[in-house]
Amino acid sequence: MPVRARPISPHLQVYRWQIGNTLSILHRFTGVGLSIGFLALAYWFVAVAGNSADFAFAAHLFGSPLGVIAMLAWSFAFFYHLLNGVRHLYWDAGYGFGRTERHASGWLAVGGALLLTLGAWTLLWHFGRL
Amino acid sequence: MSLRSPIGRALGLGSAKAGTAHWWAQRVSAIALIPLALWFIFSLLLLPNLEYATARAWLQVPTTGFLAIFLVGVIAYHSYLGTVVIVEDYVHGEGYKLLGLLLLRFLHVLAAGAAIFAILRVAFGN
Repeated sequence: MPVRARPISPHLQVYRWQIGNTLSILHRFTGVGLSIGFLALAYWFVAVAGNSADFAFAAHLFGSPLGVIAMLAWSFAFFYHLLNGVRHLYWDAGYGFGRTERHASGWLAVGGALLLTLGAWTLLWHFGRL
Repeated sequence: MSLRSPIGRALGLGSAKAGTAHWWAQRVSAIALIPLALWFIFSLLLLPNLEYATARAWLQVPTTGFLAIFLVGVIAYHSYLGTVVIVEDYVHGEGYKLLGLLLLRFLHVLAAGAAIFAILRVAFGN
């Protein structure tokens, strides 16, 4: 049977960009980022099990400019995915579908994630870990 | 042209009766990860420093090692379930899709296996 392009519907471009779809995309996006973070976490455990030079190399990688940027991104991704995940669980339980509730919980997830990220890094800085 | 009747062709092609399993596993692992991930982050933040000796001493505490193994296992499972859906959604060629799903499964089992083996090595003293 000849393979031909199937009609794709609905077309993405007919939708107005709004908070609901943006946050949904961000949830997937942060999820993929955290999956990559899982590899980094596994590597960190392997480094802890290695000798002190192995660990020092891992600490050097995580402490490098690129490493710190990645850690910043992962911390925000973690807090956002956590809060928005709870938002999803709340929906799964059958609550919070109203327009105002949806928007409020969405902004709460974004704002909360920013605050928690800021808080975690302030804590790190406060204890002199940076 | 097929001589089979329309009903004959449709019978048995319905739901595999397993549609909710993936969805449910995703939620269960998500719920398990809320306390586990928060424990891990705050546990690390509360350490006096993140030096080699401190990290090892921390991981040698039985509760820490036990929880860390759970953390790694549940993260791997949750991450696998999530990334599988993304490959299924966006990779359309059957070959590439199969390759992507295989790679995802191997990568998750490999990373989780390496991490759990590492945690056990620290716990039982290499």
